[in-house]
Amino acid sequence: MQESGVRSQESEACTQDTGEQNSESRILNPESRIPNPKPFILLQTTDEDHHVARMAAVALGLTLLEGAIPSPLPGVKPGLANIVTLIVLVRYGWRTAVWVSLLRVFAGSLLFGNFLTPGFFLSLSGALISLLMLSFARHLPQRWFGPVSHSILAAFAHISGQMTVVYFWLIPNAGLAYLLPVFAAAALVFGILNGIIAARFLKDN
Amino acid sequence: MFLPYIKVGDWLIITLSTGLVIYLTLTLWTGELADKAVIRSGGKVFREVPLSHDQTIAVPGPLGISIIAIEHRRARIASDPSPRQYCVRQGWLQQAGEIAICLPNQVSVELVGSHKRYDSLNY
Repeated sequence: MQESGVRSQESEACTQDTGEQNSESRILNPESRIPNPKPFILLQTTDEDHHVARMAAVALGLTLLEGAIPSPLPGVKPGLANIVTLIVLVRYGWRTAVWVSLLRVFAGSLLFGNFLTPGFFLSLSGALISLLMLSFARHLPQRWFGPVSHSILAAFAHISGQMTVVYFWLIPNAGLAYLLPVFAAAALVFGILNGIIAARFLKDN
Repeated sequence: MFLPYIKVGDWLIITLSTGLVIYLTLTLWTGELADKAVIRSGGKVFREVPLSHDQTIAVPGPLGISIIAIEHRRARIASDPSPRQYCVRQGWLQQAGEIAICLPNQVSVELVGSHKRYDSLNY
């Protein structure tokens, strides 16, 4: 992960010399009825950015796919998008995994229309605490611990983060403890499954 | 098929987290937490209400009306016409098996879990 420069997602570099003649001529279309179109607002991107964006897009696709699967209990989801995060973590490091994961949360919430709603903050808190857990878990000796371990630890971190937010912000009710075993069991099962899938992808390629 | 992808340490994590799930299930699902309140008036069951949503219930007795409040999975007798107010001062009931009795007004609230546990009075 290169440290230099601000990422494209937040920098609006004004460049004319990106050498995309086609798009430039299209923007400067004389027939355009938009007064004074600005052709030079182009984002300067690196291959790294493209890669992050591609991975986040795959994760988004998995999130969408997962939305189609009916769930017995709101909140019990397989978290398929985390497979992407796990693969990125091993291949490209923790910082890229943070980018992919957070982009997925923000873009996903825009896509589903729940940006800044409680559901969004639940996703965000779960993602943040999972990433924190992964920042420790990835230092486990690789000889014995693989993506399956990362996945399970992150899944448990995810539910503990979400339950904390739910308890202290949304539903301060002791009855929440009743649901904890369900969420913990789901975290265990889906954590193992996602870990195995990620390990399989990493081994095949 | 799956086994080559699980390393030795992964098995350790799987075992530990399975243990955690079992521990959570055993501690949280053994009926220690009460599910519902049984309200009795004059020795007969007046109503059985779940603790899952907050409400207040007025129960008539020989002396007047007792008010029972349910809030945050707890129950208490909020007001009662009894002279010494023992049951009101007992406060919130939370665990299965706890009971508040207003003898003069013949009203009682008992919390029960998923299965009834034995106590020293009844075995």
